[in-house]
Amino acid sequence: MAFINPKTREVQIKIVYYGPGRGGKTTNLEYIYKKFNERIKTEMVSLKTHGDRTLFFDFLPFDVGRIMGYDIRVQLYTVPGQVKYDSTRKLVLRGVDGIVFVADCMAIVRKKNMLSLKNLYENLSGYNRSIFKIPLVMQYNKIDLADEGIPLLSPQTLDRDLNAQLKAPSFVASAIKGYNVIKTMKKIIMLTMPTIQGQLR
Amino acid sequence: MAFVVGENQLNEIENTLQKDIIDLGVKCVVLIDMAGNILATRDDGARKHDIYSLAALAAGNFGAVSAMAKIIGEDEFSLLFHKGKSENIHFSKVMDEFLLVTIFSNEVSLGFLRLKVSEAVARISEILSSPVDG
Repeated sequence: MAFINPKTREVQIKIVYYGPGRGGKTTNLEYIYKKFNERIKTEMVSLKTHGDRTLFFDFLPFDVGRIMGYDIRVQLYTVPGQVKYDSTRKLVLRGVDGIVFVADCMAIVRKKNMLSLKNLYENLSGYNRSIFKIPLVMQYNKIDLADEGIPLLSPQTLDRDLNAQLKAPSFVASAIKGYNVIKTMKKIIMLTMPTIQGQLR
Repeated sequence: MAFVVGENQLNEIENTLQKDIIDLGVKCVVLIDMAGNILATRDDGARKHDIYSLAALAAGNFGAVSAMAKIIGEDEFSLLFHKGKSENIHFSKVMDEFLLVTIFSNEVSLGFLRLKVSEAVARISEILSSPVDG
């Protein structure tokens, strides 16, 4: 849940990047950090294993400007994608305001995307939140791998697999090259704004 | 959804943090929610910490420790404290949703700090339970 501070005139919003392991969630944040280096005054926090996989979460605070006289501070988090880290995934989801689901386009991980989305649904239910009511953006990542001849799922297939009922805005992306990373982030921020603006009035 | 704490309530919380905690000789105190948002903070002005990252990590750490407690059959651990060479961190839950994080040096005794923190926690709970002012 976002926090509105009328004293410092600041709003804090929590966005979580969710999705299967090795799907590119951390790469999304790393690209944002690199791209907006001058605007982000602090270091990006990454809790990783020795093998460079996310163990707990990555954290990146980000000022996005002012709305109605309030400074909007977005806090970007990732979760560990590996199935075994479910308890930490659940902890990071606490109080979430918006979610980016980073799906992996590679055909061989088709099922993992669906399982991860189901896991998101279940973990949100644990907090009495509905996936249908939380601002959500789908990102179909790794489309750059097409150049290397790796079989990929088409955006239509991914939409059918993951987004048929949710009907969330979706973007194909290449987190490693930065393609559509910022667009995805802007979209999720835009979607989380209306509920908060209503309360600022 | 967003939650708001009234300006008067925030003023009262900050007063409590200043009088009960900072004036003891504590370096920095931050009141956060379990999602990692910062509600209020006070420090002695000597050194600025990256409190946003600290809040995110403290909320995660507290959640992880609570989950560990449940695994071994405890509701929660009553003392959460990290000791360093010269700086220490103390965590205290405020109602179900909030956490008070205190950073202090060895010049402040842990026992005294715990006493003052528990008084401040009682006071903050009272303030947060009262209806939001305009």
